[in-house]
Amino acid sequence: MKKQNLLELKQTSMRVREHIIRLSGNGGCFIGASLSCADLIVYLYKEFLNVSKETLNDPERDYFFLSKGHDVPALYGTFVELGWLEKDRLNNHLKTNDFIYWHPNINIPGIEFHSGSLGHNLSVAMGVAMDCKLRKQKNRIVVVVGDGELNEGSMWEALLVASAYKLDNLLVVVDRNQFQANMKTEDLIPLKPLAKKFEAFGCKAKKVNGHNFEKMDELFETFPFEKGKVSVVIAETVRGKGLPSIEKRADRWFVNFKEEEINQLLKELHGAKKTKLTSETIVAR
Amino acid sequence: MTYSDIVLELINNDDRYIIMTSENRAAFRSLPPLIKNNFVDTGITEQTMIGMAAGLALRGRTPIVHALATFLTMRAFEFIRTDVGIANLPVKIVGAVPGFLSDGNGPTHQAIEDVSIMRGIPNVNVFCPADEDDMITGLKTVFTCPSPFYIRYNTAKAVVEHGKFEIGKAEVFGNGTDVAILVYGFLFGESFKAKQILESKGVSVRLINIRTPKPVDEETILRSVDECRLIVTIEDHFITGGLYSILAEVLLRNRKTAAVLPFALMDKWFKPGMLNDVLNFEGFTAEQIAVKIINQISIDH
Repeated sequence: MKKQNLLELKQTSMRVREHIIRLSGNGGCFIGASLSCADLIVYLYKEFLNVSKETLNDPERDYFFLSKGHDVPALYGTFVELGWLEKDRLNNHLKTNDFIYWHPNINIPGIEFHSGSLGHNLSVAMGVAMDCKLRKQKNRIVVVVGDGELNEGSMWEALLVASAYKLDNLLVVVDRNQFQANMKTEDLIPLKPLAKKFEAFGCKAKKVNGHNFEKMDELFETFPFEKGKVSVVIAETVRGKGLPSIEKRADRWFVNFKEEEINQLLKELHGAKKTKLTSETIVAR
Repeated sequence: MTYSDIVLELINNDDRYIIMTSENRAAFRSLPPLIKNNFVDTGITEQTMIGMAAGLALRGRTPIVHALATFLTMRAFEFIRTDVGIANLPVKIVGAVPGFLSDGNGPTHQAIEDVSIMRGIPNVNVFCPADEDDMITGLKTVFTCPSPFYIRYNTAKAVVEHGKFEIGKAEVFGNGTDVAILVYGFLFGESFKAKQILESKGVSVRLINIRTPKPVDEETILRSVDECRLIVTIEDHFITGGLYSILAEVLLRNRKTAAVLPFALMDKWFKPGMLNDVLNFEGFTAEQIAVKIINQISIDH
């Protein structure tokens, strides 16, 4: 990866994190999981996916599905940076005059499908992948899923079918931040050994540091990992990445911060000391 | 023409159509080798099948998904609601062996809330053909229209000749004014015979084949309410959410009331067995329907 690209990725993901932090007040958002997949989403759109503002409806574009829909601040933040979404529209978060709320809506340019209920977008993406194959088109179909989402039986059911139909144009990326809603995954429904589980379902699975752009680039360039198999990337990430005051915290899953907390967090993102969080923790589920 | 012929013809003429099943191939056994790429069997995975159907529809396809009504509408309910309903995608959901047609399978296989839950989803319409001929008459319109549709698959032998099909229009037999029988699906046959029995005893009957419980033909229902002394609803469905409920909604919406005699499953599953025995046990044969209607008329007057 060129130095210039690396620098731009880092700067972009920093700005995306700023958007996420700004979305965490006035009703709030799922900040922890949004921050864990911010680097992943920025990388995918800037370096991997063959899609642009001009080709959003091109049948030969690459597709991106955010199956863990509550991370949508990371996606909308990325869309702003790509110039697909006006920055001011983020001020419409949770306002009824727009479509920007806690989960993706297809009225926002770039959103391929709505999500929010976990365990859905993998099978929807498989339908798209199957059609692309039937039409002998070269599109790549990427689905970002949560590790907590892997509790859903529909994920594993879908993988059985995806493997049966050899959907090797499909790339499943797990945002492995080690948390589900209120608990560590391994403390509630353990997933280890996760790569082996995917391989047992017929996929080719590889791990990567989901915050290291160069490592991601090395790995994603090798897609598809094996002809005839679904590729799976287990992206090891940190919940709340970039904000030490909320990193790896189960009780800061969904937040509704006050303005002064948001201002402090924006400084913390750029290296200031840990923010003293005073707003109450919210158990949203 | 059969269901299978219609699907084959649609696919041969238009590559957009694709038939999917979660391993319920009985209705189209001979098709797979003829349509190859337009046939997808996902195995016993109703949820994945519906999700994939939504994805295929996003790419411009019209998937016809075929599986047992009970598993399709309930195991995959949230997928239908969330992936097909919210997005308003042209997915055609065909439920096999609905209602009494699951005969000896037992309550696990009894789709007798399917009309209720499918019609409850915004954008999803419902077609319940009276018999195979009625199904064949309506299928092309239902498959080619842009909205999602739930179809209660029914290959019962026709006892009448059916007229032209139009979504949202009921089919009316007779213009009697003593009794109007509203019915959808398989029980049309028994209802038609009940009409003949009633007429032989001097009761004048109009029989209304509802065809699409959603969108429902409100005008035809209201006319029968205005012109007939007793309204009878007949359905192999729970009393909640089906035709009886639809009638109640239509009446309430129009500030009307009526004398209504419902034939439905009263908050219970039906006794499993061979179809004719089930009908007899549960009180849905033509003779039993006719006797109950005559009793009701004599009470009312």
